[in-house]
Amino acid sequence: MNKIGVFVCHCGDNIAGTVDVERVAKEIAKYDGVAHSVDYTFMCSEPGQKMIKDAITEKKLDGVIVASCTPTMHEGTFRKAAASAGLNPYQCEIANIREQCSWVHSDKEKGTQKAILIIKSMIEKLKMNESLYPVSMPTNKNVLVIGAGIAGIQAALDIAEAGHKVFLVEKRPYIGGHMIQLSVTFPTLDCSQCILTPKMVQVDQDENIELFVNSEVESIDGAVGNFKIKIKRKAQYINPDICTGCGDCVDTCPVLVPDEYEEGLSYRKAVYMSFPQVIPYTYTLDIDNCLGLDPIACGKCKDACKENAINYDLRDEIIEKTVGAVIVATGYDQYPMENIGEYGYGKYPDVVSGLQFERLIFAVGPSGGKMLRPSDGKPVKEIAFIQCAGSRDPERHLSHCSKICCMYTAKQAKLFKTKVPDGQAYIYYIDIRAAGKDYEEFLQKAQSDQRLIYIRGKVSRIYKENDKMAISAFDTLSGKKIDAKVDMVVLALGLVPSFGTAELARKFNLSVGTSGFLSEAHPKLRPVESVNSGFFLAGTCLGPKDIPETVAQASGAASKALSLLAHDSVEKSPIIVQVDAEKCDGCGKCAEECIFDAITIDTIQNIAVIDEMKCKGCAYCIPECPHGAIEQKNLSDLQIYNMINAILTKGKKTETFEPKIICFLSEIGPYQAADLAGTGRMEYRPNAFIIKVLSISMLNENHILYALKHGADGVLISGSHPGESPYPGACLKAKERIDLIKSKVKNAGLDPNRIRLEWYAGRQAKGLATYVDNFVEYLKMTGPVVSANWKSLN
Amino acid sequence: MKSGYFPGCTLKTNAKNFEDSAMQVMEVLGQPLEEMENWLCCGTVFSMTTDDLMLQLSSIRNLLRAENQGYDELITLCSMCYNTLKRAKEFILNDEENLRKVNDFMYKEESKFKGTTDVVHLLSILKDRITFDKIKNKVTKPLTDLKIGAYYGCLLLRPKELAIDDYEDPSVMEELVDTLGGEGIVFPYRLECCGAYQTVIEKDVTIKRTFEIINSARNAGCEALITSCPLCTFNLDQRQKETSEEFLEFSTMPIFYFTELMALALGIKWNKDWTKLHYVNPEPFLKENGLI
Repeated sequence: MNKIGVFVCHCGDNIAGTVDVERVAKEIAKYDGVAHSVDYTFMCSEPGQKMIKDAITEKKLDGVIVASCTPTMHEGTFRKAAASAGLNPYQCEIANIREQCSWVHSDKEKGTQKAILIIKSMIEKLKMNESLYPVSMPTNKNVLVIGAGIAGIQAALDIAEAGHKVFLVEKRPYIGGHMIQLSVTFPTLDCSQCILTPKMVQVDQDENIELFVNSEVESIDGAVGNFKIKIKRKAQYINPDICTGCGDCVDTCPVLVPDEYEEGLSYRKAVYMSFPQVIPYTYTLDIDNCLGLDPIACGKCKDACKENAINYDLRDEIIEKTVGAVIVATGYDQYPMENIGEYGYGKYPDVVSGLQFERLIFAVGPSGGKMLRPSDGKPVKEIAFIQCAGSRDPERHLSHCSKICCMYTAKQAKLFKTKVPDGQAYIYYIDIRAAGKDYEEFLQKAQSDQRLIYIRGKVSRIYKENDKMAISAFDTLSGKKIDAKVDMVVLALGLVPSFGTAELARKFNLSVGTSGFLSEAHPKLRPVESVNSGFFLAGTCLGPKDIPETVAQASGAASKALSLLAHDSVEKSPIIVQVDAEKCDGCGKCAEECIFDAITIDTIQNIAVIDEMKCKGCAYCIPECPHGAIEQKNLSDLQIYNMINAILTKGKKTETFEPKIICFLSEIGPYQAADLAGTGRMEYRPNAFIIKVLSISMLNENHILYALKHGADGVLISGSHPGESPYPGACLKAKERIDLIKSKVKNAGLDPNRIRLEWYAGRQAKGLATYVDNFVEYLKMTGPVVSANWKSLN
Repeated sequence: MKSGYFPGCTLKTNAKNFEDSAMQVMEVLGQPLEEMENWLCCGTVFSMTTDDLMLQLSSIRNLLRAENQGYDELITLCSMCYNTLKRAKEFILNDEENLRKVNDFMYKEESKFKGTTDVVHLLSILKDRITFDKIKNKVTKPLTDLKIGAYYGCLLLRPKELAIDDYEDPSVMEELVDTLGGEGIVFPYRLECCGAYQTVIEKDVTIKRTFEIINSARNAGCEALITSCPLCTFNLDQRQKETSEEFLEFSTMPIFYFTELMALALGIKWNKDWTKLHYVNPEPFLKENGLI
């Protein structure tokens, strides 16, 4: 006999404004299994939480429903409160009547009725909930840091300082990222290498940091607290412990390749050292451009090396490690100028990128610090800087602002004028963004001291005329067209996530947002964590930012990782799947299909065994089992049916037909989009009722058909886009299943368009809201489910 | 694939040389142009400056009649006709309400407008269907050593949805010149607006444009220009008269429709009537280069 307590929150006016909360509490009090039903202004407050605790104690409640905001906000809060009163936290469920009800519907009557049904469905779920206990495993105290730019370096140093071992993995042969290519940094004009190299040396010498260059992380298995990682390190043909950096090998190498460190402005050999201060201090062999390790092909460098540091017989290695946390600091690259037609598609040598300019103005760079034109080496007298090259252009290039360009352009123009006092610098801008500390002062001073000419207008075209670069622009402040002829053009190209980030995100199931930057768990309140437990993010991989912010985020991510590792064991959510021993015959289909390798078959007892740590609860295995022997904990088939029944309870007869849609939304992606629609107050019809699932891959035809049989007029299934989903293959398999169900349903005389499968990302709130409205329209025209050959569908 | 040819008004009058040369060229290439029946003025781009559906009717009627005459596509020569017909079609088809209104209004036409006829410019046909290789094989009088600049103007490339080539860096017309044995010269002002209708209200604007465009071409080494638009040609050719009066150091340059040069290269005889439609007499240039 259930004794459930229901607490309906007003949330001030947020819920009470469009839902009659008092009436809801009164209605629910009459519902079967409810022993206590009240409403209150702010449930999440101290007194609110106390109400729950007191009710649990006094009325000996065995379950609690809080009808309030989205569970994403306060499920943790209320579960903790329930736990402190002695109730198992998993006996506390949240009915989302704010983001997914009061905030998106304006008709108070309909909103109230919907809220009541939502709460009833959660009560039905709660009635069959088991008390669950998190699984725990001892935490491994090591940390993996991916990327050794300034963010990775800072994070690694912080963690090493705390006494933990760090594996720092970098794909280039040197650490320092892009910051080590810069000349000086704004606003202080510190020499970039001068401030970065001490940290690089620290990394090299720190006993707790194991550095892997020319390496990439091949795979990360396991779960938070216990990640099994595989690092692929390219063959170290030149042994860094033996190499003295004498450079004899370089002279003999016949191969010339554009130098990446110099941004293609000069050449290097196949055996090379990017710059004299590299850490690790050693030469490297670029095997992709090397003529061949076979002495018949070349082999000159090996012969030249007096220390015998070069060994051609080495191979790439895979190094396995275990870590407790991962920090991703993979950084940025510049938007390719080859994409911008109006600036020449990258074919003019005198049109250079921001990073290329850094190399040109660098004292010992490819032009020896002199301002010379790359095309013919003549001195640069007039120079143009074009800000927003590729940025702030949603139609054709990047929609975002790259944040640092206004500042570094001012810096670069200032440096230019210092080198070429009788030169002329034109800066073409749309706006000036100098928001950081001392930035505005720096910019104003640079502009007036160096007499920089700022022209407000976008450059429509650059072309070569005789030997100068001609620039066509419109000066919006004077209202006139401006033509200029300069020696060099510097494009402040937009910042994009470093090439390879998309693949990395796919490999490790990290979600990705606008322009491909990695997504943080919450843009305001959790800026350095990923939704994926155990993964932390720092630096420009999250979005464009300057060095102070990057360092702050690196330390922030390190601190979060250290908090995680401060516990000797890590708890994992117990919402996983379980096997019904009676029904299971050990056929092994589930183990075959499990994408996380979490199922093994015990061949002696002929039963499937679920690894509690590995199982992510995606429930992909559930429909695969031919015997229906697997169920998700606290979301069994029966629970789902009962939830559906509660939602489809016949209410008052309405004049016009009001279709009811059951929506199965996956937690990551569409459920977030539905919440975002609430936050954005995007109104849509109140005909859709949402059931949250961890992943739509758990749904099979029973769930869908049950809804249609028992009064639903439509079923919407939505997961996040396969490319962005934490379970990508599962999404596509789910599509196959649902397509099959649709065709079966069609043969049974039911309109297959009553069943919809759509992909929605967490940000696509408007899309989802509009879709629901359109679906309701369609169902209104189609009418209710009248009859179908249900027998044929069994 | 049944292809129709849409001439547009100017091609029958001031730009008859464009049509004549194109007709003869397509005969030689084995794909004669079949003029559609009962066509009207397209609207000359001006019709696209407003949302008013009345102004789109002309274009839509043309396309509807083409549909009824069984044409899968309409080939145009004039850039303006290409731009107007194509944009009008998308504008009406992309909005259910617009489509319904327009169809209801045109109740007297044979059938409802469905938008099944494609609008395509001759340059696309030459490049993608006939291919420049085939054209090269038919060249009997190559334009050897001739430096010809290609003036695209706006309408073949903007808006970007109907651009016949890369809108920042097109190459189809220069490739055509190369195919004909000449040297296609890229000059900076080849994509700049000629001034278009300003020639009627603010003549000075077009005079200045003509000066800049032709000088830019000349500085890049061009001896002549090819175009695909009667309005561009009017501004670049006819207005050279006023340009010479305004800018005393300005020297003239012959302007050709691309089909005129194609005709010569394919061995077709130059027609004296064509000369009459040019302002800058092209015959001296053609004579001294052995083309006539």
